[in-house]
Amino acid sequence: MKLRIIHSLIITFWFMLLCFPLVVLKIDYLEKSIRFRWINLFLTGLCVFFISLLWRYFLSRRRKYFLRLPEHFFDLHQSRLIRSKPFLFIFSLVFLSLPLILPNYHTSILITAMIYVVLGLGLNIVVGLAGLLDLGYAAFFAIGGYSFALLNHYFGFGFWASLPIAASLACLGGVLLGIPVLRLRGDYLAIVTLGFGEIIRLILENWEAFTKGPSGIPDLPKPGLFGIQLDFYSSTIYLYYLLILCMLAAILVTKRLSYSKTGRAWVALREDEIAAQSMGIDTTKTKLTAFGIGAFWAGIVGAFFASKNSFVDPSSFTFHESAIILSIVVLGGMGSILGVILATMILVLLPEYLRFLESYRMLIFGAIMVIMMVFRPEGLVKSVRQQYDFKNLK
Amino acid sequence: MTNHPVLSVHKISMRFGGLNALNKVSLQVFPREIAALIGPNGAGKTTFFNCVTGIYKPSGGYIELNGPDLRPKRINGLKPNLITRSGLARTFQNIRLFENMSVLENVMVGCHCRTTSNFLNAIIQTSSFKKEEQGVIEKSYELLKLVGLQGSANLSAKNLPYAEQRSLEIARALATEPRLLLLDEPAAGMNPQETTKLDQLIMKIRERFNLAVLLIEHDMKLVMRISDKVFVMAQGEKIAEGTPGEIQNNPRVIKAYLGEEVDVVS
Repeated sequence: MKLRIIHSLIITFWFMLLCFPLVVLKIDYLEKSIRFRWINLFLTGLCVFFISLLWRYFLSRRRKYFLRLPEHFFDLHQSRLIRSKPFLFIFSLVFLSLPLILPNYHTSILITAMIYVVLGLGLNIVVGLAGLLDLGYAAFFAIGGYSFALLNHYFGFGFWASLPIAASLACLGGVLLGIPVLRLRGDYLAIVTLGFGEIIRLILENWEAFTKGPSGIPDLPKPGLFGIQLDFYSSTIYLYYLLILCMLAAILVTKRLSYSKTGRAWVALREDEIAAQSMGIDTTKTKLTAFGIGAFWAGIVGAFFASKNSFVDPSSFTFHESAIILSIVVLGGMGSILGVILATMILVLLPEYLRFLESYRMLIFGAIMVIMMVFRPEGLVKSVRQQYDFKNLK
Repeated sequence: MTNHPVLSVHKISMRFGGLNALNKVSLQVFPREIAALIGPNGAGKTTFFNCVTGIYKPSGGYIELNGPDLRPKRINGLKPNLITRSGLARTFQNIRLFENMSVLENVMVGCHCRTTSNFLNAIIQTSSFKKEEQGVIEKSYELLKLVGLQGSANLSAKNLPYAEQRSLEIARALATEPRLLLLDEPAAGMNPQETTKLDQLIMKIRERFNLAVLLIEHDMKLVMRISDKVFVMAQGEKIAEGTPGEIQNNPRVIKAYLGEEVDVVS
C-alpha cells in the first residue's frame, strides 16, 4: 500500500510538471503579463493522484477481479444463449425491422456500422488470419469507392454494373501491393503498407484532371432496384438490407475459408513462416490470396460507401480510417468473426451515439482502447480453432 | 539395397561471409535406410539440413532427390515448399509447431501439398472439396493414432507436453508423404523411456511408409541402436562414414569428439 502511494505520488509530480505550462501559465495579452494559476495545478495533482491510485489498485486486483466473473464469460461464441435458436430468431427479427421503426438517421448510422463490419472482416483475413500487418487498408476501400465514382462519372455506369469492377480492381490492388512486400514481415510490412495507403490517397488528391482532386465526385446514384424509382427514405432502407446481405456473405465466406485448406495455410503462415514453407505451403500464393481476398471486401463496401453518401472525396480514406479498421480487428480479437462485429459496435456506434459528450467522446474512445488492451489483450472474443468430431472415424 | 539413392548430395558448400559452414559435403541415403548425421556442436549439421530442405541456398555443389520414376531431380535452389512436394520432409531442432492451431490441424497443414482444391472450391463448398477435406481429416487422424496423439487431437498444439510436441512434428512431416524424412535432434530433451518410444516409432514409420530416414542426433545410444549408417561431420566437413560399429572405432571421429591425444610422458 505504501509503495503504491509513493508510486502514485511520483506519477502525480511528473504529471504536474508536464501540465505546468498548460494549466498554470496564462499570458495576458492586454496587460502584457503572465498570470500564475496555482490552484489549477493543485486540482490537477489531486485528480491524477486518485486516478493513479485507483488504477494501480485495479491492476493489482486484476486476477482476483476476473476470477469472480463466471468462467468463459468472454467466450461469447460458445455461449448457449447466443447460439440458441429463439435468441437468434428474435435478434434477426429485431435487426431486420430496425429501419422500419427507427428514423432514417439511425438507419444511416447502422449502414455505416455494417460497412465497417465488412471492412473489419476483410482486414481480419489479412491481419488476423494471415498475420500480415496492414496499415494501409483504407486504400482498397478508396479503390472500391473511386472505381464506382469514376465509372459512373465518365461512363455512366450504374451501381450494379460498377460493383464487380470495383471489387476486382480492389482485389487486383491487393495483389499488386502483395507482390513487392512478399519478403517483408512485421514492422517493415506495416511501414510499406502505410506508404501504399498514403500513395493512393495522394494520387486521388492530386490527379485533379481525372479524379477531381480534393473536391471529390458528387451525384453518385443509389443502387437500383429493377428500375423502380425510390425516394431518399426508402432507398436508405433498401441499402440497409443490401448491406445485411453483403455482411452475411462476408461472414459466410470468411468462415468457410478460415476452416479450409486456404485458411489453415494462412494461420500456419501467421504462426511460423519457415515451418509453413517446409510443410509444403506456397507462401507467395498464400500471401497473395490473403491480400487479394481482404482487399476484395474493401472494394465491395467501398462502392456501397460511395453510393450511400452519393459522394466520394479523398478525405474519407485517410490513415485514420485504416487505424479504425485495424482497431476493430485487434479489439475484437484477431481472427474472430464475432469479435469484429462486437468491436464495430463499440468503435463505430459508440462514438456516434456519444456525440452529446462532444469532444470528450474521443477521450472516452481512447480510454476504452487502453483499458481493453491492458485487461484483455487477446481482444473481446478469443478466436478458437474448429473442433473436429471423430466419432464416425475408427 | 537398390543402386538408386533417395538423396544424393554432391559436394555442397555453404559460406556465411568468411565462415565456411559446409565444405564440400557429399553423402547418399538409400531407400529404407536409417542414416544418422552426428558431430560436435557447430559441425554444420543443421546448416546441412537447411541446405537440403531449401531454407538456405548452397553456395556450391548440388543435391539430387530421386523422383518416383527413379529419375534423379535436382532440388538445390528450389523453394522449400517445392522440395517438400518432391518428397522430402523435415522436423526442427527447436520445435516449430503452429502453436495456436489444434493438434489435428497441424497435421492437416502437412497434407497441404498433396491436395488440389483451391479457395473457390472452399467458398462454394463443392462436393469434391468436402470429400477431399474429409479425406484430409481421416488421414491426419490416422497419423495422430500412429504417433499416439489421437486423444489430444482437438487441443492447441502449444498445450502438449514437450515429448508429444516432437511426435506431433513427426506426424506433421509424415502428412506430406515424404520418401525421405529428415529429423533434426528428435530425442533432444526426452527422458530414456521417451527415447525408447521414439526409436520404436522411427522403426515403425520405416516399415509402414517404406521411407528412408536421415537424423541428426546427439544421443549416441539411440544412434547406435537404430541407424544402418552413420555420417560424422566436424567443422563443416564430413570426416567419416560407415556402420555404427566402424564409426565407434574410427580414430578421426574420436579425435573430433575428444580432441587430440597428447603424449604426457615426453
